[in-house]
Amino acid sequence: MISLTQIDKFFGGNHVLDKVDVAIAEGSVTALIGPSGSGKSTLLRCVNLLEIPESGTLRLGEETMQFEPRRRPDRDAIQRVRKQTGMVFQNFQLFPHQTVIDNVMEGLVTVQKWPRPRARERARELLAKVGMQDKADAWPLNLSGGQQQRVAIARALAPSPRVLLCDEPTSALDPGLAAEVVDVLKQLAGEGMTMLMATHDLRLAAAISREAVFLQNGRVVESGASADLFSRPRDPRTAAFISTLTQ
Amino acid sequence: MPAWLQLMIDSFWPLLRAGLVFTVPLTLLSFAGGLVLAFVVALIRLFGPAPLVALVRFYVWLIRGTPLLVQLFVIFYGLPSVGIVLDPLPAALIGFTLNVGAYNSEVIRGAIESIPKGQWEAAYSLSMTRGQAMRRTVLPQAARVAVPPLANSFISLVKDTSLAAVLTVPEIFQAAQRIAAVTYEPLILYVEAAIIYLIFSSALSAAQVRLERRFGQHAVFSEGNR
Repeated sequence: MISLTQIDKFFGGNHVLDKVDVAIAEGSVTALIGPSGSGKSTLLRCVNLLEIPESGTLRLGEETMQFEPRRRPDRDAIQRVRKQTGMVFQNFQLFPHQTVIDNVMEGLVTVQKWPRPRARERARELLAKVGMQDKADAWPLNLSGGQQQRVAIARALAPSPRVLLCDEPTSALDPGLAAEVVDVLKQLAGEGMTMLMATHDLRLAAAISREAVFLQNGRVVESGASADLFSRPRDPRTAAFISTLTQ
Repeated sequence: MPAWLQLMIDSFWPLLRAGLVFTVPLTLLSFAGGLVLAFVVALIRLFGPAPLVALVRFYVWLIRGTPLLVQLFVIFYGLPSVGIVLDPLPAALIGFTLNVGAYNSEVIRGAIESIPKGQWEAAYSLSMTRGQAMRRTVLPQAARVAVPPLANSFISLVKDTSLAAVLTVPEIFQAAQRIAAVTYEPLILYVEAAIIYLIFSSALSAAQVRLERRFGQHAVFSEGNR
């Protein structure tokens, strides 16, 4: 179980997350949906502590972290949480000065201190899984966006995270390239990978998420099974948002 | 053979020798020392505590705001008044190192800041520490950004070392001055000195091209779509 309880986050005077509660079961895929500025990306970034909430509790595996205003959690605790997570970014953020396979090996070699041959072997397996084995020695900047995002997924998976965090994984891609990324994420979901993804790509959310959470103005408006939430939203605000996406 | 050509040939080796024995080591040592200093100053500007940041800002402001020649005079001719007597070469080394450090700290800081925040976040998302993210992700990319301005500064330094002549360091320009004084041929000797500086800086420009190619290999085919 991964849970965020009563999470508050401010940017200056902006209350971007207001007592947010989200719990996700291991092995399930949860979509965070909502308009721009609803706080879904911020919430995602609170899970791997790229953002530190002002208050609330984060539970991830055996780790429990209690947040207080103006007190940064100690470095080791942050590392223990991060090591259980992997993240896929909207703009891929591959390391441009490293080849595709070096990108995937980076976390294993630098952080987990794996010997290079063993890391290379695992990186090759992961690249095969995302269909990028032929591009192992290419430079990221010479790949299409969809290919870069698939490599980024392999990189995030390399250290075997407990949860994969996806921040708008298809938003920077045109529909054809988005489809190849959706396919990879769908396959991972089928294998039981726990995922939390912020997206306003309803096709992506509908294709792979079992649960969905709708956020607006930093608050959870509605959450539940994604099939229900997308087709029979209870709250009129959810219905209004869904209808803008399906127009 | 005309007399001027004979004089040029006769004086070529003394000038080149002055270059190899004094100009080159002075340039290399003060650039190496200056780069280390510049890197430390850049890290302090980026991550240091406020009082240290104020201190290094003062240092950069002071060095960039005063002429190099005046700095060299203060170090060599001024400091003995307060009991600090330096030999010409160490005085020149200190002066040039402080100069390289101040100017290039801004180059390095700028290069580090030019790397998008998302690259740091990608490194952190792999559980890298700040030091690991710096070393593995940010610095290799910043190096590519910094090479052209650093090479610029290096080539400037080769020429600036001629100022060490006024501290009586027998480098290229000093050697030319001494020979000109006994032969009464200032035009020939100073043109020859200029030629030797040209040789050194052209060699450095060639090295810069190779260095840029090495750091830029990942972007060779894609400059257009960044």
